[in-house]
Amino acid sequence: MRLELKGVTKRFPGVVANDAIDLTVEAGEVHGLLGENGAGKSTLMNILYGLYRADEGQVLIDGQQVHFSDPGDAIAAGIGMVHQHFMLVPVFTVAENILLGKEPIDRFRRFDRRAAHEEVERLAETFGLPVDPSAVVEDLPVGLQQRVEILKALSRDARLLILDEPTAVLTPQEADGLFASIRGFQAAGRSVIFISHKLREHRDIADRITVLRRGRAVGTVDATAAEPQELAQLMVGRPVDLVVDRSPARPSEPVLTVEGLEVLAADGQRLVDSVDLTVHRGEILAIAGVEGNGQTPLVEAITGLLPIGGGRVLLGEEDLTGRSRKEILRSGVGHIPEDRTMHGLVGSFSVADNLVLNLWDDERFAARRTRRFDEVRSHARRVVKDFDVRTPSIATPASSLSGGNQQKVIVAREFDRPIRVLVAAQPTRGVDVGSIEYIHRQLVAKRDAGVGVLLVSSELDEVIALADRVAVMFRGRLIGPFPTPVAKEALGLMMAGVPAEEAMRGLAA
Amino acid sequence: MSGPDASPDPALDPAVVSDSGVEPSDGDASRLTQRIVGAITGADVRLTVLALVAALVVGALFLVLSDTRTLDAVTSGAGLGAVLQAAARSVSRAYSALLQGSLGSPGAISETLVAATVLILTGLAVTIPLRAGLFNIGGEGQVIAGGLAGGYVGFAVEGLPLAVHLPLAIVAALLGGAVIGWIPGVLKARTGAHEVISTIMLNNTLNFVAIWLLTTTLFQIPGRADPISRDILDTARLPRPFTGLRVDVGIILALLVAIVVLWLLDRSTIGFELNAVGANPSAATAAGMAVGTATMRAMTFAGVAGGLAGGALILGVQGRITPGFSAGLGFDGITVALLGRGTVGGTVAAGLLLGALKAGGRAMQARSGTSLDLVVVIQALIIVFIAAPGLVRAIFRVRTEPTSTTSISQGWGA
Repeated sequence: MRLELKGVTKRFPGVVANDAIDLTVEAGEVHGLLGENGAGKSTLMNILYGLYRADEGQVLIDGQQVHFSDPGDAIAAGIGMVHQHFMLVPVFTVAENILLGKEPIDRFRRFDRRAAHEEVERLAETFGLPVDPSAVVEDLPVGLQQRVEILKALSRDARLLILDEPTAVLTPQEADGLFASIRGFQAAGRSVIFISHKLREHRDIADRITVLRRGRAVGTVDATAAEPQELAQLMVGRPVDLVVDRSPARPSEPVLTVEGLEVLAADGQRLVDSVDLTVHRGEILAIAGVEGNGQTPLVEAITGLLPIGGGRVLLGEEDLTGRSRKEILRSGVGHIPEDRTMHGLVGSFSVADNLVLNLWDDERFAARRTRRFDEVRSHARRVVKDFDVRTPSIATPASSLSGGNQQKVIVAREFDRPIRVLVAAQPTRGVDVGSIEYIHRQLVAKRDAGVGVLLVSSELDEVIALADRVAVMFRGRLIGPFPTPVAKEALGLMMAGVPAEEAMRGLAA
Repeated sequence: MSGPDASPDPALDPAVVSDSGVEPSDGDASRLTQRIVGAITGADVRLTVLALVAALVVGALFLVLSDTRTLDAVTSGAGLGAVLQAAARSVSRAYSALLQGSLGSPGAISETLVAATVLILTGLAVTIPLRAGLFNIGGEGQVIAGGLAGGYVGFAVEGLPLAVHLPLAIVAALLGGAVIGWIPGVLKARTGAHEVISTIMLNNTLNFVAIWLLTTTLFQIPGRADPISRDILDTARLPRPFTGLRVDVGIILALLVAIVVLWLLDRSTIGFELNAVGANPSAATAAGMAVGTATMRAMTFAGVAGGLAGGALILGVQGRITPGFSAGLGFDGITVALLGRGTVGGTVAAGLLLGALKAGGRAMQARSGTSLDLVVVIQALIIVFIAAPGLVRAIFRVRTEPTSTTSISQGWGA
């Protein structure tokens, strides 16, 4: 199927979300759609999927103009969409989800489970996407849930598949699996629109890449010919420094010491298994690893969000074990949580209130239990300026900001208060290129100012760009740390569970 | 992805689960409450006003349908004009009686304020926990507890001057309510027991405790068989500043409480914690706030407001405790808080408005013969229309476009 968008324009009050966008997707093409948060990618796809109506412009399929008034029309025309947040019924089985709305029924008008399972198995085989039709969706890992979503679209005979940020929720291995299936559809003559703000993924999977910036298509380039630097510049609209500029670390005395730390799940399973680590002043210790190997509980235990099952956490000489979250934060531990909308911000609160979220009753911002709004506001005005938070005003709700600016609010909050240790978990997840560059520079600046930084990231590129020492977490245990540089391939092997010596040796050989 | 006005709320997103394996104790239930709270506190002022208008219009429809003169005009085969005329006359008669009875004379205003006193307080008893993400259905029980405690001090403690006795009785009412508010709070904080269930249970418990107490020698008038308490001593009655009018200083008390609550919710550090816990408990925890403490505090403060409502009722207009004296006023507090959109100012305004409806409704029944139940119907309709903002938008064709351009950015873009 050949898809053409001509001059598609969509206005929201005060904003042109899509401004005369032209886009052509050839049959059998994987077309990348690249752009920062708020560039208009989702709006464009929602128009294509019949969720929004374009104010101007045309959509043509195989040369014929089409009008979609709802997703049903788009599906009938052969367009399938896999949303970033899955549209699945968690308590239904895989087969029930895939066939929802066109489920086979037997002669008593009951759901025909056997026919449904056969249908799903046939689909799974055709597309090389194995699933268990009887599994309940909520029990499946995210990667498999996504596979169910894709099969659901394919079961409606989608010839053009829109994948909205499909890798955001996947582990690197799962992403590789997804890419393999994308190549499979391509071979079958189906087209794919691949949305992501990660440059590398576009270069890996796309044939051509269209870059959106502020609602306009600023260029379509051949993926194999595109340089990352050039793409980043198109996306942001100015030259971007993709390499973090930093001098060698000058670590001094230990500032965070973790001894034999254990975290237990409710069922007694060891999420963190006797981890020892030391972060020195003035260094960045990075922990790499595939998500779900215990990094989250490790960070939460160190920062007082989870109870410690065993071991000790020391800040300098001070024992933080068993202290409350508030005491730990106030004693000088900064924390950039990995899920900013869940743990980092209160979305409905203003930027100003979010900037004092963990200092709300500090004597700077409150006297005799009454908040000092003048102080809160002047603090916010200064911090917003210092940390370049792009917000219409300090009274704007944090949820209205772009992901990158939300993250800057959190970074600013932690960096502006006196801290000795910074625990940064996935600090650039879901953040646009411009903000990534900024946050990386800030982390290095904090290191140079004598703070000990513990960086947890599942982005190997980020780990390699920032780490002075690097460790890998696998199944709750810590491998390392090793002084940098460590080869990316060696880290990858350790992330997959290959013992450290073997991983290093394998590369040497 | 939904429309541009949709706000992605991670707390409602089942996909957002940390890999730590630790989950909030009552995930689904608290998400539901949060959704309700979000819908209420996030509502547009225009929609609230329009919901009120819609309720009055539909109420008029009921009025016409139950009006004998209009029905006579239909059955007697008079023309459409005559039927409409009869309908218009009955509606205008009823609604003007409603207005007269609530604002038309000093006596009417006095009655409005009497009704509003209790409604403002029970409204606050719902508004405070609402801000902390809790739904307090226990206003009724808190009113009863406050009435029993305040009333007991009011008739049993003798020989004190008004300046000591009345404050003592008020404090007793406040404490009685606070205890009954604190119980569901501590249950929620310690065990995760849902406050909706435990407050409803406490309503019934308190209701029967009151009936039982009223038959004991502790409360009952000696020598009487019916369950009615002794009269509140004059030294514990809320003074009436205007002779011949029933309005007492309870309304001042209610407004003072509203001012304190305004400080509490919008200016104090405690309120900041309550609001944060209500809006995003995970982020509140991560900021170092204690969710359990905030929960207990919110429910205790709610109990204080409810208890004061009971005190104002017993020490004010009623003067003694009778079975069922709370008369659903705790539940009316839910309507008040809904109409007040979770703000203190809104709650006061809504309390005055529903007070006027209540007072006017009695006058309407007396003057135009329209049943007082119409007021109950209108109140119910207000809730229906507020609970269904989409319906109100559709009726009045309100375009729901955000006022600021930035707030839509979350709806588009990747």
